Amino acid sequence: MRSPDPRPAVDLDVGLATGFWLPIWRRFRKNRLGVASGIILMVLYTLAVFAPFFSPYPFDEFHGKVKFAPPQRVRVFDDEGRLTAPFTYAYKRQMDPETLALNYHEDRSTKYRVRFFVRGEPYRVLFVISATRRFIGVEEGGTIFLLGTDVLGRDLLSRILKAAQVSLSVPLVGTFITVVLGLILGVASGYFGGVIDDVIQRFIELLLSFPHIPLWLALSAAIPPTWPSNYVYLTIVAILSFIGWGGLARVVRGKVLAYRGEEYVLAARAAGARNWRIITRHLVPGCLSHTIVVATLSIPGIILGESALSYLGVGVTPPMTSWGVLIKDATSIHAIVRHVWLTIPGLMITVTVLCFNFLGDAIRDAVDPFAT
Amino acid sequence: MTVFLVRRLFTMVISFLLMSLVIFIIIQLAPGDFITHLMAQMSGGGMRDEYAREFAENFRRLHGLDQPKWIQYFIWIRNFLTGDMGHSLLHGRPVATLLGDRLALSFGISAGSLLFTWLIGIPIGIYGATHKNTIGDHAATFVGFLGLSIPNFFLALVLMIFAVFVIDQPVGMLFSRAYEEAPWSLAKALDLAKNLWIPIVVIGTAGTAGTLRIMRGNLLDMLGQPYVTTARSKGLKERIVVRRHAVRIAFNPLVSTLGMSLPTLLSGETITSIVLNLPTAGPLLFEALLAEDIYLSASILQFYAIFLLLGNLMADIALTGLDPRIRLE
Repeated sequence: MRSPDPRPAVDLDVGLATGFWLPIWRRFRKNRLGVASGIILMVLYTLAVFAPFFSPYPFDEFHGKVKFAPPQRVRVFDDEGRLTAPFTYAYKRQMDPETLALNYHEDRSTKYRVRFFVRGEPYRVLFVISATRRFIGVEEGGTIFLLGTDVLGRDLLSRILKAAQVSLSVPLVGTFITVVLGLILGVASGYFGGVIDDVIQRFIELLLSFPHIPLWLALSAAIPPTWPSNYVYLTIVAILSFIGWGGLARVVRGKVLAYRGEEYVLAARAAGARNWRIITRHLVPGCLSHTIVVATLSIPGIILGESALSYLGVGVTPPMTSWGVLIKDATSIHAIVRHVWLTIPGLMITVTVLCFNFLGDAIRDAVDPFAT
Repeated sequence: MTVFLVRRLFTMVISFLLMSLVIFIIIQLAPGDFITHLMAQMSGGGMRDEYAREFAENFRRLHGLDQPKWIQYFIWIRNFLTGDMGHSLLHGRPVATLLGDRLALSFGISAGSLLFTWLIGIPIGIYGATHKNTIGDHAATFVGFLGLSIPNFFLALVLMIFAVFVIDQPVGMLFSRAYEEAPWSLAKALDLAKNLWIPIVVIGTAGTAGTLRIMRGNLLDMLGQPYVTTARSKGLKERIVVRRHAVRIAFNPLVSTLGMSLPTLLSGETITSIVLNLPTAGPLLFEALLAEDIYLSASILQFYAIFLLLGNLMADIALTGLDPRIRLE
């Protein structure tokens, strides 16, 4: 006969202690701003991964006749105000007789039907999946520049999506390096103490006390211009995470110092566990929640750093592009004023960083509700 | 106090030397040197190979670039300590004359931004703590985060456009034409302030969220303390309880994190000045780093280090003035 379950029935939503992660997840879920930020970020990352699918054009395709064209509207009402299938109007170019600037207007006489899941140039997703279908396109002869075009007549939406792959992957790779370095050096510092601790701590102090941008500039200016762009990409990531690990190592060190003397660690040692086992089984898991918090909060700095370096021209190099590069490509403030849509990459950076800030904040509150 | 100062000065000297070494190593990381850069640019300029080589050798010998790197470092740091910062390779002029007012302006803008951050962040932080979880509190936090999230260079760009096209104010200079060469006076200082608001707002907005959070969080902590309850139960007005009892102590963490926020300010100053092309140390440093003008870039970076070391020291001393519980021993 089965004995009755001695545990009282627990309403999961009321939330008695059920493991380590569940209460954290519940507290996180209550933070609406954090959840919304997480969802926006997931959408952005999905768009970036499937960038070629969502871009109407290849990111480097030139359209010489439509340089600096304003965003095109997809219309669903025709001239008589009737609901029709979505379409775009053709561009009509006019040269301003005084400023000699090109102005674009809608040519109401020519309509092009918008098509979904159209066949386009073949592309690859995640290096392996080959495909030709694109999410959105337009009838032969028409154009669909949803966010306008840049100085060379390239579709800005397609470029922003392509750039998102760099701008959004740099913080992830960078954070990974930060976490690995921070954990290793933080644990080493806290667990072994002594000279190792002193050297690591002084080095961190040195790193943290120096302004990041000048240091990043100095390091990225040292990248040889002849390097291929994927080398440059990795080096930039390494440079950006070179500083971030210090903060994490300090937090981890503090935690390890505290846990080192706890009974369960002493018991493990008395039972004959080696250093490696104590560290991986008993100390690192205890630091995990704080590691996640510090890692999430370090992401905004990495994104801002990458975009700043790229904007100044010492970041990622062509054919790679990032949101910072796209703003640099706007050529001048006069170009930006006349073509406001060129600032959209800047808004993308702001939204992404804002979301990561809110997300990191929400995670911190969830992990450690008593911290201020 | 004296013992503290002596010990602090000793560690500062050590940090200074360590930083100078790290700085020198970093700026030497780039392949080649200034002259290989120059040659690459001049190639095809019609100079015959043997002349070019001879010129390169002479130039290197003249500026000590032919020495091993570690000897270069010792010569540079020895000269730096005696006040001789060497010649800029790029500009062909002494580093000291090139820097001139630029460093002072850099530090001035950083300090001004800090002031801006505090003037905005502290009152809003106090408001947030005393009106916890109201719409105003949430809105303030949101705006603070927004300032934190806009890239400095982007905000600088936007404000530059605003200044040029909306209020018709030129950017990229700190003084109007009339005051550029004029000696320092009140009018010139006012003129400077008029041109300085863009960089200060750009750098300041990035730090406001941090200040606001620290202030709000600490004040909330303090408002729950027994001594605040005591003050309230004595019948003091809430305004006085907050201002005289809670806020004063809540200031401490702001001052003690000052040392950490100085690098951020200087960082923001550098990028903002490069974008706006202000006559501060930032653009000069960037130019020097790209051209491998080692004496110029090393000197500027070293001055940043000195500024930070002194800033930290002053923050520590200010803290003892603010909180009688902390003593320098």
